[in-house]
Amino acid sequence: MSNTYNLLPLDAWHRGHGARMVPFAGYEMPIQYEGIMAEHLWVRENAGLFDVSHMGQVQLIGPEVAEKLEAIVPGDISALKPGKMRYSLLLAEDGGILDDLMITNTGNHLYLVVNGAVKHDDLGTLREYLPDDITIHHDEDAALLALQGPKAVDVLARIGIEPNEPGWPLPSDLYFMEAGPFKWNGIPLGISRSGYTGEDGFEISVPAVHVRNLADALCTQPVVKPIGLGARDSLRLEAGLPLYGHDLNPSTDPVEGNATFAISKRRREEGGFHGSERILNALANGPRRKLVGFNVEGKIPVREGAPIYAATEMVGKITSGGFAPSVGAPIAMGYISTAHLTSNLEAEVRGKRVPLTIAHLPFVPHRYHRKGKAQ
Amino acid sequence: MTRFYTEEHEWIDVEGDVAIVGITNYAQEQLGDIVFAEVPAAGTQIKKGGDAAVVESVKAASDVYAPVSGTVIEGNGALEGDPALVNTDPEGDGWFFKLTLSDPSELESLMDEAAYKAFVNGL
Repeated sequence: MSNTYNLLPLDAWHRGHGARMVPFAGYEMPIQYEGIMAEHLWVRENAGLFDVSHMGQVQLIGPEVAEKLEAIVPGDISALKPGKMRYSLLLAEDGGILDDLMITNTGNHLYLVVNGAVKHDDLGTLREYLPDDITIHHDEDAALLALQGPKAVDVLARIGIEPNEPGWPLPSDLYFMEAGPFKWNGIPLGISRSGYTGEDGFEISVPAVHVRNLADALCTQPVVKPIGLGARDSLRLEAGLPLYGHDLNPSTDPVEGNATFAISKRRREEGGFHGSERILNALANGPRRKLVGFNVEGKIPVREGAPIYAATEMVGKITSGGFAPSVGAPIAMGYISTAHLTSNLEAEVRGKRVPLTIAHLPFVPHRYHRKGKAQ
Repeated sequence: MTRFYTEEHEWIDVEGDVAIVGITNYAQEQLGDIVFAEVPAAGTQIKKGGDAAVVESVKAASDVYAPVSGTVIEGNGALEGDPALVNTDPEGDGWFFKLTLSDPSELESLMDEAAYKAFVNGL
């Protein structure tokens, strides 16, 4: 049977590096190279290169674009200065979460990175709710790499990346959630200090025709190894970061989804975004259910779909879970009824009850390079 | 002792009416790092093709099917403390369970080593 999956610009490169490829978000993606456990631990100690070119890169160009985007996201996008980025949520009219995304002010326009699995739906949403004077450009000629881990910053310094426009900093001068235009061997790169592992690191937008050279240059560094989707998932789970389509979906709102930090102060006061009535009401009165992290007693991994019980009553469901290599034990995230936050909770796995305790997120401390924080 | 294989990548070593079951090296390579294994208790009745054990990698849980029917004599208790034995020695110390066969004629439908090798090469 022939498949209809898209191939990444680095498809042959991944196979050449021993990747096992699996279908994900409409693409054939590398799930692992040498093994999820080793790759996961490598990123926490060194630097890992992830190909996330399946994600959607979108430019929004036009007058007052930030104010206009605010109709469908709850963040204070107009306050975003050039070179700054923010995590936000694309909202349906009823306040349900259509996607989570990164929004960067490049100085000229807004640059969005959205999830691969829903990128075409997101483009439809943007077209529907943004006025005609906003140009929506889906950049399909760009690849996206993430270099993550404590040694990522030294790697970028070593391969010689420079600012592409006067007045912009070096990658090492960026703080967490800052971005800028750079170049490497004359190739323009958009680089942000951000990621999905809880570690310091960078995300690099590069023209697809040059991505192979850049990936080779990065992997020539002995501290860099290519890392697959499997470790990407276990790293983000330990970092307490939700996975769209699993921990967040159209039936969850930002308050339930533990993403109240993405609802900016001004927006709370003014409202005026999709679902703001429902969302601000949930903020004021508390949600009926909430996404939380769980430590799992024993060794049985508790995975997505497992029901959560308080005695005989089903009070929630696991939305992400698995073995956490850096924790050395199973961990999970899921929704529970807020009436049961202090109850004795158990997940059910193959007919057995597995005790859960609500965990403080993240499971593994973030090590972002934050401004004003001693390094 | 004779070793047979299934298309679900279990191996079974048979001596008389007693057999030991595990998963093949190919299977453990496909699964990746094993973090948990659940083996059947002594006395459990298992049916050819039915679920007999569970093996969990970092990313997913997978069933281990019974290659033949019978009664479990012993589950491999060593896997509880060291599930990675399934990765390091899948066709030895990483075995899953021992059973008494209830119908030795079921073995006829299984593959021998050469047939299994050819089967894996065709995947």
